[in-house]
Amino acid sequence: MTAVLPPIPELGHLALWLALAAALVQAVAPWHARLGQAAAPAAAAQGLLVLGAFVALGWAFLVSDFSVELVTANSHTMKPTLYKLTGIWANHEGSMLLWVLILALAGLLVALMPAPLGPAFRARALGVAGMVSAGFLAFLLLASNPFTRIEPAPTEGRGLNPLLQDPGLAFHPPTLYVGYVGLVVAFALAVAALLEGRVSSDWARATRPWVAGAWAFLTLGIALGAWWAYYELGWGGWWFWDPVENAALMPWLVATALLHSIRVLETRGALPNWTLMLAILGFALSMLGTFIVRSGVLSSVHAFAVDPTRGLFLLVLLAGLTGGAFLVWALKAPRIAEGARFAAFSREGSLVLNNLLLLALLSIVLVGTLYPLALEGVSGRQISVGPPYFNATTLPIVLGLAVLMGVGPLLAWKRNPRPGFVRRLWPPLAAALAFGLIGLALGLKTVLAVLGFAAAGWLIVASLLPFVGRRRVPTFLALGTAIAHLGAGLALLGATASGALQREALVSLRVGDGFAVGGLEVRLYDVGPVAGPNWTALEATLHVSRDGRPVATLTPQSRTYTTPPMETTEAGIVGWRGGDLYAALGKPDGSGRWQIHFWIKPLVHLLWVGAVLMATGAAVAAGGRARMAWPGRARPLVSRPVPVPAE
Amino acid sequence: MGLRAAAWAMALGLVGAAPPPDGWGVTPLPDPRQEAAARRLMHELRCLTCQNQSIAESNAPQAETMRALVRERIRAGRSPEDVRAELIERYGDWVSFRPPPRPDTWLLWAMPVVALGLGAVVVRRLLR
Amino acid sequence: MTVSRILPLVLLAALATFLGLNLGRPQQATVRSAMVGKPAPAFALPGLAGEPGLRQADLATGRPVLVNLFASWCLPCRVEAPQLAALRRAGVVIHGIALRDRPEDVAAFLARHGNPFGRIGLDADGRVAVGFGSSGVPETFLIDGQGIIRAQHIGEIRPEDVPKILKELRRWG
Repeated sequence: MTAVLPPIPELGHLALWLALAAALVQAVAPWHARLGQAAAPAAAAQGLLVLGAFVALGWAFLVSDFSVELVTANSHTMKPTLYKLTGIWANHEGSMLLWVLILALAGLLVALMPAPLGPAFRARALGVAGMVSAGFLAFLLLASNPFTRIEPAPTEGRGLNPLLQDPGLAFHPPTLYVGYVGLVVAFALAVAALLEGRVSSDWARATRPWVAGAWAFLTLGIALGAWWAYYELGWGGWWFWDPVENAALMPWLVATALLHSIRVLETRGALPNWTLMLAILGFALSMLGTFIVRSGVLSSVHAFAVDPTRGLFLLVLLAGLTGGAFLVWALKAPRIAEGARFAAFSREGSLVLNNLLLLALLSIVLVGTLYPLALEGVSGRQISVGPPYFNATTLPIVLGLAVLMGVGPLLAWKRNPRPGFVRRLWPPLAAALAFGLIGLALGLKTVLAVLGFAAAGWLIVASLLPFVGRRRVPTFLALGTAIAHLGAGLALLGATASGALQREALVSLRVGDGFAVGGLEVRLYDVGPVAGPNWTALEATLHVSRDGRPVATLTPQSRTYTTPPMETTEAGIVGWRGGDLYAALGKPDGSGRWQIHFWIKPLVHLLWVGAVLMATGAAVAAGGRARMAWPGRARPLVSRPVPVPAE
Repeated sequence: MGLRAAAWAMALGLVGAAPPPDGWGVTPLPDPRQEAAARRLMHELRCLTCQNQSIAESNAPQAETMRALVRERIRAGRSPEDVRAELIERYGDWVSFRPPPRPDTWLLWAMPVVALGLGAVVVRRLLR
Repeated sequence: MTVSRILPLVLLAALATFLGLNLGRPQQATVRSAMVGKPAPAFALPGLAGEPGLRQADLATGRPVLVNLFASWCLPCRVEAPQLAALRRAGVVIHGIALRDRPEDVAAFLARHGNPFGRIGLDADGRVAVGFGSSGVPETFLIDGQGIIRAQHIGEIRPEDVPKILKELRRWG
């Protein structure tokens, strides 16, 4: 690589500084009487400048400009082009730039779209978003500059961690970041509403699509991460209650609570202060998650490059931004009326209970994640808080939520249900009983697992009930809710079945040996070398049969990548009866034996289907209370193609 | 292999071939009930040389040693809690993913009740 | 009313302070043995061909000894070999436990990097290492004259560690 390339990285660096200037204008202008109108143009300019910086970094990765330190550290000329590009955010600096980019683009979008709450309100919301942007741009420029050059430039890069060269992980961070940025927008709208003393149904209506979008992307992002861990790590699991996973789960829990409480505010004008608090809390926890991931205060299976200086910077940002917002809440919230009253067994009541359960889950995850750190700091004792704790404490609450999710959408607003209401619950109750019995017949051993099956059956049937026997075409909101709840029911079934009905064997075999697991015969047929573009591998061939009849052939690999040198486990996975047969190949022991870790994971596919349905449901629900068809032509949904939404 | 040993070996491209014993670390117990009990315990014991993985999931040699120990003890008729206690005596509470019930962990275990209780108080204030 | 208004701020301040205090503290990457202060576990390991092995009784001899866990496949064990030799020259009794290793590999390792050990036990299945509460190699335990484990050194012994270890030995001697 000769040195005649135009100084594109420097241009990108310059664009970041200019973007910081634009963000500062955006942050300051709305609070000034005459400069207020500058906020929207500044937000637009910031969006374009950060986009320019991102394109500049992308260019450096694409042409493998190894004079840029970040490219050298994370790329290689031999890498497939897709992973050259995803390599942009497979590192600390680049991923923070991506985060800032998505935030800046959201600002651009807000600036270009009509302002439903008026230009002055929009300017203030943009001002708050500008403060967040300015903080992160300063963090990038002062503590994580992605454009740092090295002299002399090396001729080849060190390559990307092969575990990250995977579509699941390539798109996991951007998806999650879109979700976090949606929470930033909700945060900005909440703080602006507090400052203006204006929290109303209108505010909720304008904010809810952002929350629903954020929630959809957070759901997808977490599911992609779980899917990646399942398929790529070769450990046979998709959730490990690891600090980094918990860091992503916590904002999701708050976003879920917010998504439901904002519904109460929109429809009934109740719970304004509570909803605003959740909007701030969602942002605070996404910041806390970033801090946990980047500062290295907790040890995790998912190793990130960590740096205490960066951790301190992020902590100051976290404390400053959320502290400021909490202060505004403390000062302004009392002036906002608490809104309309409602009965205990009303829709509002169920949504309040939903919030209570979700925040209880949040407290458990937060305390469980930080407890070992606190205890070691106080008494020096080392403890581990792992799956046994989190499963025991959270799963009963999750089951309660599932029951509530089934019944909530059937309740009426404001008042208690009418006397005949309980009769509507017979079908889901029957489904719960049936699913529980099926689970028992399939060999469930624990009460919790049987209840998990029953709750899933209950939820799956109950989520479809709002459409039974109704003549009117549903609203987007009702349909989206039903899809999301159905997705949650399927995910619950998949999680329970793949966990409680899983069969597992870890054995050491010679070629030709076999073993039995869960009614299947598995035989190690062969082990031989195979080669890929930038790796070589040993591949085992496992023949799986049932009663002498072949079921599947699995080919798990133990791969060795060349740049950087690293060994990975490539699981052999074949779908079987809605679940997976899953095998991982371990190291040879030197005496001709091979370690094989084999799992049967029933119904695990339902998890991924459920997550996609949940995200889809949230997206549909963002369409609001418009009906699925033109008004006045009330017919059942199934009998007609879905026309253009009436908005 | 210690963490540092692993890092060293990887840095120099010399991943050592420790010959693992051929035993209970990779062989299920013949009695399915015992094996199920052993597996349940293995999922709750933390691998010492890996970051935050259980010995059931890890293929580190150290995890294999611990699996072998667990299976032998269970096979000899010892209860899973007895085996857990033995390992805690060696490595401290850190080795178990299930935090011990003790005065300094009561807050942790009480979290569901505490959180739901505090939440109920907040809800009552909201609804009043 | 006002108390609940500022509660979020108070919680945030507490959390931020707590996290800030933990930032500087390096994460404990390895687990310490809980056996320090307790008697060494009962064990009897075979030795290399024609040599006696190592037993619990060899550790309680009235004077402090070191027990070094090593392996031929462990790179940092080579790095610490000169320090072990230096301790040996200073008159310290060091016993070795070879972890998950073959006798011929251990012999080759000792021939190449020197043999500072009084006795060597072969811990083929790693069980004795678990007995000591060890999480890997290299690790070194200090055992006093009564056979009680007094200290654990995790990782290779670096040159600057040698005086510290000698001081500890005098303390328990």
